[in-house]
Amino acid sequence: MSETRPLAASGRRWPRDVIGLAAIALAGGAGYVLFPDSLAFLTRIISIALLVLSLDLLIGYCGIATLGQSALYGAGAYAAGIAAVNGLTDPVALIAVGALAGGVAGLLMGAVLLRAHGLPQLVLSIAFVQLFHEMANKAASITGGSDGLYGIAPGPLFGLFAFDLYGKTAFFAGLGLLLLVFAALSFVVRSPFGMTCRGIKEDPLRIRAMGIGVRPTLIKMFALSGAVAGMGGALGAIATQVVGLDSVSFELSANALVMLVLGGFGSLYGALIGTVIFLGVEHEVSAINPFHWMTLVGVMLIAVVLFAPRGLYGVMTDAVARWRGRP
Amino acid sequence: MSALFRIEHLSKQFGGLKVTRDVSLDLVPGDRVALIGPNGAGKTTLVNLVTGQLRPDSGQVFFGGEDVTRLSDVARVRKGLVRTFQVTRLFSEMTPDEHVTLTILQRKGRATRILERFGHDPAIEFEAADILSTLGLTEVAHRPVAEIAYGQQRLLEIAIALALRPRVLLLDEPAAGVPSSETPRIEAALARLSSDLAVLLIEHDMDLVFRFARKVVVLNGGEIVFTGAPDAAAADPRVREAYLGSYAHASRVA
Amino acid sequence: MQTVLSIAVDAFAYGMVLFIICIGLSVTMGLMQVVNLAHGGFAMIGGYIASYVARDMGLGYAAAVLAAIIGTIAIAIPLERFLYRRVYAQPQLIQVLMTIGITFCIIGITNYIFGPTLKTIPLPAALSGPVDIGFRTIAAHRLFVMVCGLAVALGLWLLIERTAFGIRLRAAVDNAAMTSALGVRTEFVYAVAFALAMGLAAFGGVVGAEFLPIEPYYALRYMVTFLVVVSVGGAGSISGALAACLLLGAVDTTGRYLFPDFGNFFFYLAVIVIVCAFPRGLLGREQARG
Repeated sequence: MSETRPLAASGRRWPRDVIGLAAIALAGGAGYVLFPDSLAFLTRIISIALLVLSLDLLIGYCGIATLGQSALYGAGAYAAGIAAVNGLTDPVALIAVGALAGGVAGLLMGAVLLRAHGLPQLVLSIAFVQLFHEMANKAASITGGSDGLYGIAPGPLFGLFAFDLYGKTAFFAGLGLLLLVFAALSFVVRSPFGMTCRGIKEDPLRIRAMGIGVRPTLIKMFALSGAVAGMGGALGAIATQVVGLDSVSFELSANALVMLVLGGFGSLYGALIGTVIFLGVEHEVSAINPFHWMTLVGVMLIAVVLFAPRGLYGVMTDAVARWRGRP
Repeated sequence: MSALFRIEHLSKQFGGLKVTRDVSLDLVPGDRVALIGPNGAGKTTLVNLVTGQLRPDSGQVFFGGEDVTRLSDVARVRKGLVRTFQVTRLFSEMTPDEHVTLTILQRKGRATRILERFGHDPAIEFEAADILSTLGLTEVAHRPVAEIAYGQQRLLEIAIALALRPRVLLLDEPAAGVPSSETPRIEAALARLSSDLAVLLIEHDMDLVFRFARKVVVLNGGEIVFTGAPDAAAADPRVREAYLGSYAHASRVA
Repeated sequence: MQTVLSIAVDAFAYGMVLFIICIGLSVTMGLMQVVNLAHGGFAMIGGYIASYVARDMGLGYAAAVLAAIIGTIAIAIPLERFLYRRVYAQPQLIQVLMTIGITFCIIGITNYIFGPTLKTIPLPAALSGPVDIGFRTIAAHRLFVMVCGLAVALGLWLLIERTAFGIRLRAAVDNAAMTSALGVRTEFVYAVAFALAMGLAAFGGVVGAEFLPIEPYYALRYMVTFLVVVSVGGAGSISGALAACLLLGAVDTTGRYLFPDFGNFFFYLAVIVIVCAFPRGLLGREQARG
């Protein structure tokens, strides 16, 4: 039996949040010092981490299984990219455009997905991302189609820090964005809204009997999740200065799910840990042979499902609890 | 004059099976009515029709003079038509305090606010503590529901219902599955319910029905076969038929 | 007119391929309540084995089909016993994860063994030419696929409606606990149904290779298509699956003929519209769970 504790226990949690944010900042700083030549890769990790966090909001906090999350990420990436190509260069404004586009796509996706349950819902999510993919491919005059969207040239951040060749500005901008989003989400998941969502995950009928509408609440979460994913997409567009069709794909959606599960869903930290480990190992192994990488991911997934259903973060917290519980 | 709550000619069938046949019933403030009947009589279906989880094939439900037949279950709860569940439906990782707090927040229209901290409003915390203490749950208020006794979970079901400030309360077997040592606590909780609240109690435990209800409605085969005082029910031939029919028949054959 | 006929023939043949592959998925989903995302992986295994037997060993088409079915079932049985059985009663998300994991493993291992290239399964002469059916000619392979699809549908119908095993299968679909209490070994029923489903997937993968080419990412590429068929048809319904396959085969083929630039756009649009309109499947039964 795992330890259970009250969800929103008390106001004494804020030091934990500060420690958590400090740990993320520290990990980011360590990445900067240890891998100064891989800043573009580290920024990609941050961008994808936002996608995985957004997926965690739906799966981990509301219990909605989706294999189409990258539709929201891609919506943010393309919106920011198209805005940039058309003359909007302020990076903060581009992130905001990404958040908005992701949020709107999230609303749309929620409206579609919540019409069904179970397998049909899963299928709808896949069809949704595939439809976005086909649209992005077809509207090549705006999106660049399969060639990708080029010509994104963001201006200096806050008018001061230009985006450099080494990706320093992009990396620190990304890290700052991640910290902001993480802090905001830590607050949101413990708001009344966050509590209601956890309730819906466990028993929607009980939530309804409390007089709370399930559908409007979930739609709201879809919009929020979309905004987070959209910011991730926009960050990716700004950092790499290109948007490809792979940012709206079933593969990216499935990979995001795998990352979340490896890390452990239902916890914001799990989402981050899963992303870092997945992308880190992929970076090393897939360079050798992409099929070995697929086999490895498959084995990891099966192992997590059978032996550590709460993911690596769950394994870690259990270990800590056991260590503390020792006499 | 008009009833607070009234159902008229409610009918429902699944496939060819009629589970509710032309049921009419009304409640005025302060009513304590028990709905009883053998297994399969259609009690839970009736509750689901009344609360809006199911749509009736025909008939109407009125609440406070308004036709609520087409309203969703959520809308009915917000109007004050509240139920508890026969099998406890609670969130295993949340505490009783969190359940009641969330419910009060909903009543105030704040249950889905994002920019607000949960459990940091003194007025709401005070009210939640008050409700929990009324039901004797103060000691376990901050422990996850998964760790508290089943009897206490049943009391929490009632606490959530009370936090909604209901005008009509449907209690679906509040003592089901509770060890007999703990039933007095549930009975005491029922005895303390506000006197202007109309209560419909669905119950198997006849002792509880006799002590609590001033009127008994007996359901059999989806239709009401008896309405009247609890004492009269036991002597009524239709009630005996409802409960003993098959046995009486069997003994005659044997 | 000519175009309409061509579309109709292709659509029908493609629908039959989908049916042969997907009916097993529908049965396992209806019976074991398991969302098997790896189903296409078994069709892929069948295709790789058939390609190896027919091309590298030169043993001919019939031997290739037979080897594909037997080989795939031999791989499927231990997987059912040691992996699938552990997630039957689990939440859907867990099943999705486990079966995505299996899919990845199948892709990785198959490509490691057979090499990451497109695999062809040479057709015998009898199937590669055109056939005159009176008012026009159609490709023999198309005709062959249609016959196979109809034979599978008929065979399954006979199996399920007319045999003792079929009775047990239907009982287990309706109420597994009760069937088990009546002394039917549901585990055995599950294992046989699973093996049958995977054998059909392999068969469909081989005979359908002209429509769905056997390539390294087959299991992922068509995963969506197969899932769509089942969720549109309704899990566990043969007639539903047949209707869904013919409908989606028609939509997909027509889209490709008339709007080749749009790729799968119309297919996915149709999926969203159909699933939203029939969230429980075209002919699916209402689920007892709330």
